[in-house]
Amino acid sequence: MVWEVGSPLSIGAILFTVIIVAAMLIWVERRLLGLWQERLGPNRVGPFGLLQVVADMIKIFAKEDWVPPFADKFSFVLAPPIIMFVILMSFTVIPFAPGVGVIDSDVGVLFVLAMASLGAYSVMLGGLASNNKYALLGSLRAAAQMVSYEVFMGISLLGVVALTGSFNLRDIVIAQTDGWFIIPQFIGFLIFMIAGIAESHRLPFDIPEAEQEIVAGYHTEYSGMKFGMFFVGEYLGVLLISSLLVVLFFGGWLGPAFLPPIVWFVLKTSFFIAFFILLRAAIPRPRYDQLMTYGWLFLLPLSLLNLMITGAFVLWQEGGM
Amino acid sequence: MLRLIKDTLISQVVTLWRVFVHAFDKTDTVEYPDVQPQMAARWRGRIILSRDPDGEERCVACNLCAVACPVDCIALQKAEDDEGRWYPEFFRINFSRCIMCGFCEEACPTNAIQLTPDFEMAEYVRQDMVWEKEDLLINGTGKYHDYNFYRVAGKKIGGKDKGEARNEAPPVDVRSLLP
Amino acid sequence: MAKITVDGIVYEVNPQNNLLQECLSHGLDLPYFCWHPCMGSVGACRQCAVKQYRNADDKIGTVVMSCMTPASDGAIISIADAQAVKMRSSVIESLMISHPHDCPVCEEGGECHLQDMTQMSGHNYRRYDFKKVTHRNQNLGPFINHEMNRCIACYRCVRYYDDYAGGKDLAALGAHHHVYFGRQEEGTLESEFSGNLVEVCPTGVFTDKTFSEHYTRKWDLQTAPSICTGCGAGCNTTPGERYGTLRRIVNRYHHDLNGYFLCDRGRFGYGFNSSDNRITEASLVSSHADEKGVRKPLTQQEAQRQFDALTAGDVVGIGSPRASLESNLALRARVGVKNFYAGFSAEQQRCMQAVIAINREQGLHCPDIRTLEQADCVLVVNEDITNTSPRFALALRQAVRNRAAQLATDARIPLWQDAAVRELAQNELSPLFILSPQGTRLDDVATETFLSTIAQQVALLSAIANTIDASVGTAATDEDSAEQARRIAAALISATKPTIVSGTSAGSEALIHATANVARALRKYSVQSAAINLCFAMPEVNTMGLALLMEEGGGTLDEALQRLARGNADAAIVLENDLSLRTTPAAIDAAIAGTDSGSAVWVVIDQLHNSFNARAQLLLPVTSFAEQNSTFVNYEGRAQSSHQVFPADAALRPGYEWLTPHDPLSPLLTTSETILFHSAQTLAAFAGAEKLLPPRTGMQALMKSPRQLHRYSGRTAMHAHSNVHESKQPTDRQSPMAFSMEGLSLQKDSSLLSAAWAPGWNSNQAISKFQDEINGELKQGCKGVHLLQRTLPPQSAMAVNSAKAGKKGTFVVYFIDHIFGSDELSAKSPAITARSVGPYLCIGKSEATALGLHQHGLARVSNGDHVVELPVLIRQRIAAGAVGIYCGAEINRHLFAGSVSVAPVNEDDNVLARSRQMFSDLIINDSLINNSESGRG
Repeated sequence: MVWEVGSPLSIGAILFTVIIVAAMLIWVERRLLGLWQERLGPNRVGPFGLLQVVADMIKIFAKEDWVPPFADKFSFVLAPPIIMFVILMSFTVIPFAPGVGVIDSDVGVLFVLAMASLGAYSVMLGGLASNNKYALLGSLRAAAQMVSYEVFMGISLLGVVALTGSFNLRDIVIAQTDGWFIIPQFIGFLIFMIAGIAESHRLPFDIPEAEQEIVAGYHTEYSGMKFGMFFVGEYLGVLLISSLLVVLFFGGWLGPAFLPPIVWFVLKTSFFIAFFILLRAAIPRPRYDQLMTYGWLFLLPLSLLNLMITGAFVLWQEGGM
Repeated sequence: MLRLIKDTLISQVVTLWRVFVHAFDKTDTVEYPDVQPQMAARWRGRIILSRDPDGEERCVACNLCAVACPVDCIALQKAEDDEGRWYPEFFRINFSRCIMCGFCEEACPTNAIQLTPDFEMAEYVRQDMVWEKEDLLINGTGKYHDYNFYRVAGKKIGGKDKGEARNEAPPVDVRSLLP
Repeated sequence: MAKITVDGIVYEVNPQNNLLQECLSHGLDLPYFCWHPCMGSVGACRQCAVKQYRNADDKIGTVVMSCMTPASDGAIISIADAQAVKMRSSVIESLMISHPHDCPVCEEGGECHLQDMTQMSGHNYRRYDFKKVTHRNQNLGPFINHEMNRCIACYRCVRYYDDYAGGKDLAALGAHHHVYFGRQEEGTLESEFSGNLVEVCPTGVFTDKTFSEHYTRKWDLQTAPSICTGCGAGCNTTPGERYGTLRRIVNRYHHDLNGYFLCDRGRFGYGFNSSDNRITEASLVSSHADEKGVRKPLTQQEAQRQFDALTAGDVVGIGSPRASLESNLALRARVGVKNFYAGFSAEQQRCMQAVIAINREQGLHCPDIRTLEQADCVLVVNEDITNTSPRFALALRQAVRNRAAQLATDARIPLWQDAAVRELAQNELSPLFILSPQGTRLDDVATETFLSTIAQQVALLSAIANTIDASVGTAATDEDSAEQARRIAAALISATKPTIVSGTSAGSEALIHATANVARALRKYSVQSAAINLCFAMPEVNTMGLALLMEEGGGTLDEALQRLARGNADAAIVLENDLSLRTTPAAIDAAIAGTDSGSAVWVVIDQLHNSFNARAQLLLPVTSFAEQNSTFVNYEGRAQSSHQVFPADAALRPGYEWLTPHDPLSPLLTTSETILFHSAQTLAAFAGAEKLLPPRTGMQALMKSPRQLHRYSGRTAMHAHSNVHESKQPTDRQSPMAFSMEGLSLQKDSSLLSAAWAPGWNSNQAISKFQDEINGELKQGCKGVHLLQRTLPPQSAMAVNSAKAGKKGTFVVYFIDHIFGSDELSAKSPAITARSVGPYLCIGKSEATALGLHQHGLARVSNGDHVVELPVLIRQRIAAGAVGIYCGAEINRHLFAGSVSVAPVNEDDNVLARSRQMFSDLIINDSLINNSESGRG
């Protein structure tokens, strides 16, 4: 057994770790929210409440697997696995550490973007198939939000790609040996982070499932493990965006040699996960129209500007100008 | 532009920081089954029926708690003993409907019905949440120690004749013409 | 119409009224205590103070009592004026200084006029530091609770009890702040209308004792508009239910009939509903050889199956004057017209035919109770209306005061000036003549009471008719009766609204015709060809309804029993009828023997157990008036709807549901509405009855009326002891009402007034908010439909055969009725039972002495075939040669009709003591002295 990209050990370890971590994030989030709200959070199942996840899993598996009689059964059942699938597929191109990864793709960035776009189908199908007005509203919101933020999410990455000259995520990490892209691409980082939150519809951008307005949005009618897949999918999304942020802007596994690369990657990713949770604890949700206006009238011009400046810079450095 | 940055960015960062700082504050949570919480005396928990200082039932079955109850979870029936004292023949509270609003206590003219700091009211069987007078009545005065409705009210009951209530003159002699 | 200005707003008013009445008529909130819409003003309580201004320039004004100030044209008053408000709040503060702190344990709480008025006047804190005056209470009998501490001395009780209802035993006693409202000594209140004290008293001094035994606040009662089943007057009532039992009955205002008052039979006679006598399950006498004669309970489904199987063939159906119209119609539809027989005695049926014919005759008018109150000369023929149709008696007590009204009008005193009118009139009363075999409770206001047997009455009536119109009747044979006839005739002729009241309880057709002849003769003198008022009291709630139904075909009870005795039927269905009250035991025994030999069965559908229905093979339990929707026809032929108050126990069904073959495809066919609608379409006697049904358009067609007030409590707890999961509210497919608090708001347009309540007005006096003016018609609700039309031309007087005189040595029997006990159902109510007596014999003093009978001793009464021993009541005032028998539930009155001989029995002291005890509650007014000089004294 060897640690190399694409080895069964690597694939198995990544799949196992990603899913377990995503599930554990439920506990992490509740504990951290508790911390910031001067509460305790779940602390009674196992040490520090660590086994809360197990209890939740048991509960969610034991629940009645119910499809509403008025729903479109096929699409209704199909929707939750899609989100799980596309986000797990995105993880295949993430370079966790040297030798740890599934594939070393030359179009890694594009693949991640493509997979993230497919995630919109899950939400739309789920909402439409539920045949419920709240679900429909949620999926309409989700579709518009994901399609919009997709645009400048992609554009914001192009700065990094331009600096690296490659779509390969491993190359992007290695290109940061001399300095993380957070420095030259600070604006790109901000836009990507904001778009990333919107893509994974986390608070404050959880407009598609805003429970104060539309019950639970597109997954109003879901329960049991089908709901569980949406739920875990969301945390996988958090994990994915955090990993991408680390890979694209914070040098991936790079770090002082007293710790192994994978530990650096984990530490950096953990920081962003915690940051995502802090956002949820602190920032209220904007209105739907505010979200769209902010995206199209502010983030889009800003990301185009960033791309143009980066492009000009790269050309200038190469002496093209 | 600066204003926009101030509004959208700086204020958000400040918010994030302020929330983050809470991580270092002491938690407010009381770990309930291990640590018993300190309950305020005016806490609105389980409803009881109290007795007056003489040890008699305070409830006079006036029905005011029932009509004040916003969820209609109190039902009772008036009965009267041989000497004119009113009491509830039955007094039923459906705790599975009760919302602990305390209106019944506010409405009660005799301080009979009181909400107590006991909140451990969960049952496995919903039927067990229906409490009758035998379950509700305690052997004490509850929060109000001295009040005895019948010592104030003019109605004659056993042990208290006409004219013996607070601020009452002895019964008049109708046949007297004295001023 | 005059115009007055109240707080800057101009209102059109009637200048005949006072300001208080007009303010209330226009829906303004003005507190009052001593004023009552039926009793006028005395200005005692000072609570209705308002500011009156001389003219528009007057800015200072004077505080006046609105109840004592006429609503004269151009009056300018202010209710909201600060000084008037201050005055009212000071007055209520003074009234409240001795009011005890016992609202929570007061039966009036929550529907208390004093609470409402205190709220309205803004008093809330007792500043008076001295001690409260207290009083001892009296035991006022089984109907009324007394709690004198609560009294605010408004004097309404004595003004109602003494001045309005003619009571003698309630008075204002004591002096200054010790004034006491009670009897001279403890004891049962004598008036038959004492129950109205509960509603008249603005606070809780007089409360309903029967209600207190299972007390529930007004807001917790489920109520519906209902009709009193105590007699045939058709008074409107509001029964209230809680936890599945009937809790009380209160008055429901009806402009034409009961107005604000009920009699005590109607108010307290509801207890039979939940008495032990109630039939609660169907039962069948087994016909198996090994358990022959054993009565076995059946479930409702089994009972219906057995009923349908047993009554498949040729079935005799016997209707009932106390069952609803719908049940009688359903029975008639089930058995067919040729098999349908009346449930009255034979003589009652003949009387009813005569009465209906008279009620159809033009030139005569059947007065409603309000019209009775306006009569200025009344002739009561034979009927002891205080005991058979009590609400009439209260109306006649008002009618005799029309003389006072006349005097006051002449003296230009407004009629609402109650004290002034009484002072002016003193003992002047309008003429009231009573023909009766014994002294009656109305004698104290009667001009003359003629103690006479039926035969003598018939003769006297003929003489009166002859005096009025010589072509009618026969002149009196002796000078005494000729003089009497002249006096009565003169009074009747000089009256503008002469009124004759009689009834069918004597069972004498001759008497009815003789009475009608007087009215017919009077037509000659009627002012402006107004119709002559003539009405006949009906003994039971639906006597007139059944009589009308019999007009559409059907046989008599005697025919039915003879047919059954011949064994000429497969079964007999008896609907809500104790046949032993209708005919002799021999006739019933013969009928039962006839059916037994032919193995035909008796099916009895009834509410209460009695000796007759114990002999039925199949006994089906039926809902009472409060548990079913039904229609009753009163003495005028006015059909009125009585609505279900609460869902009955599952075993009970309305008679019409038992009787209508159940069709699972269209269960709605068995509703009271469809039965009534169908009969209105098909039977001429009931044409127009469909107007009683709820409207099919507008809000009321879409929404139901609530039976519960919006404060109804305990919904999620009242059944929680049996099951914590609340079941759905029962649905009512039968009527326009719902068993819930949801639906049309009473205040908006609920045409069914389930309870009188208006914001700030929790007591029954809230009714003023539902009247178009005080004492006016209700804005909401149906007054009933008159089924009798005056279609026959005026008839000439009919020849009347005088009854034969009895044999020598015998006495003519008349039957005595008692308000408490004579009505079959109410007699089984505990409070009424407490006031009832057993059977007794009533005999005149000289006859008793001649026979050697002692007061309260025993007498043997015999008509040759039957003998019975009865306690004796010797009376001063009784027709010569007559004895009265009160039958109670024990004696069959058909056995002793005609004449009897009486002999003394040797009694011991025990018997004397027992019967003395029994008679102690019996209120006999022999000692009363007629007020008029011409009275007999």
